[in-house]
Amino acid sequence: MTNTPAIEVNNLVTHYGPRLILDGVDFSVDYGEVMVIMGGSGSGKSTLLRHLLGLHTPTHGCIKLLGHDITSCSADELQDLRRNMGVSFQGGALLSSMSVAENVMLPLREHTTLDEQTMGIMARMKLEVVNLGGFGDLNPSQLSGGMIKRAALARAIVTDPKLLFFDEPSAGLDPVVAAELDELILKLRDTMKMTIVVVTHELDSAFKIADRITVLDHGKILLTGRVEDVRASDNERIQDLLNRRPREEEIDADDYLRRLTGG
Amino acid sequence: MAEPQQIWFLTALEGVGRRVVEQVEEFGYYLALTVESVYWIVFGVARRQPVRISASFQHMVEIGLAGLPIVFVLSFSIGVMLAIQGIHTLKQFGAETQVVLGIALSVTREFGPLITGILVAGRSGSALAARIGTMTVNQEIDALRVMGINPVRYLVSPVLLAMLIMLPLVTLFADFAAMFGGAVFCKLELGISYAAYWDQSTKFIVADDVLQGLTKSMVFAVIIALVGVANGFMVSGGADGVGKSTTRAVVLAISYIVMADMLFTYFLTL
Repeated sequence: MTNTPAIEVNNLVTHYGPRLILDGVDFSVDYGEVMVIMGGSGSGKSTLLRHLLGLHTPTHGCIKLLGHDITSCSADELQDLRRNMGVSFQGGALLSSMSVAENVMLPLREHTTLDEQTMGIMARMKLEVVNLGGFGDLNPSQLSGGMIKRAALARAIVTDPKLLFFDEPSAGLDPVVAAELDELILKLRDTMKMTIVVVTHELDSAFKIADRITVLDHGKILLTGRVEDVRASDNERIQDLLNRRPREEEIDADDYLRRLTGG
Repeated sequence: MAEPQQIWFLTALEGVGRRVVEQVEEFGYYLALTVESVYWIVFGVARRQPVRISASFQHMVEIGLAGLPIVFVLSFSIGVMLAIQGIHTLKQFGAETQVVLGIALSVTREFGPLITGILVAGRSGSALAARIGTMTVNQEIDALRVMGINPVRYLVSPVLLAMLIMLPLVTLFADFAAMFGGAVFCKLELGISYAAYWDQSTKFIVADDVLQGLTKSMVFAVIIALVGVANGFMVSGGADGVGKSTTRAVVLAISYIVMADMLFTYFLTL
């Protein structure tokens, strides 16, 4: 194990047009750690995840994954690096034209020279890991929401990546299925020693799986720390988030009316 | 303080300028997609990331074989219409038997590729835009990128290859169907036998006429594939966005096909 972190984000700034989305974000994730990125809607956590995946280029700043700066590396280098990354998207993002097993085999088919039989065995193994053994022949449209997320996870881990990313893993799932997914994430960290980043706004899930939590608000990091640090924080926004208190914003009535009427 | 008329003019000018910039950007995007798709078709194997030939065959079946019945019906109808109009016009000069020449040339040089291009744009171009658009909305394109799979190589190159192979073949089929339609009407109206019709047609048509049509069809193939795919990639806003993008892809592809056809006809005929 190396001393350098698996993921290092330095002074990340992002604009969408004139809007500032991320404002000087800094954090790092150690090897074998589960980092949960938490925040309310519009806090910038999904944008941060897209940057970590190399899907968006930031306005400013640096992101190092496994020691490689993905904001300045070539397309080929990024492609190589992505073979060490797995992602479970919020909606699963399984290719609807393929069966579940074919979806899981896709990274193997594209990046390895394994024969069909070996790929089939590996896909079945990963589907067993996520408790979907026997569902490989179904199409994604025949699966429930929880099963789609688990199938997407099987695809994400089929190449045994070093980095694993989750976008809202428990969103839209019933508490039991959400808890099963949480257990699965912890199992992957403990058995496969993966470095895991989870973007979520589900508090119960975040507190259960996180080694450390980064709390984002309006594109800025409010705090990065262990679960107990977050719970004990006296930051008003963090307490609002933890206690589900609605945001109290001062509204200028005249300005509000002008915006509504376009005046 | 500017006059209201002046403000209206400046606003209109700004709108026109913005649209021009957007169009230039879009054409740049089409060009970049074309270059990248061709790159993967040519160098994919050398880079150990070959284009999926199985997917290309699947697209060929969808674009070509599945579309043959409707191509036949429309091309046959066009052939009959050309025969009706040709006989009606030439009758005034007592030269109605020359209609065979008119049908043969206008079908191979013009109507065969044009009808095929418009039909394939409507059938396959829209399906392509809808499929890629749905994949974009469902983050399937993002998933491919993150898996280290280039979406252009994986999705666009097979379609482009299939279009480039199938559209000329379907155009040839459309040429025969239209000429058959003309032959049926000429037999009924003028009593010209099929053998005589065929002999006359092949006597007039030279290889250049057929090649001109096939060259056009290859250009239409690139237009249909690229416009469909690009509009799919540019989708935003969920199901509504997919619908809008699909409609846009069909309208744009057909418009570009007709404009390209006009330019081709001008430069290759005059």
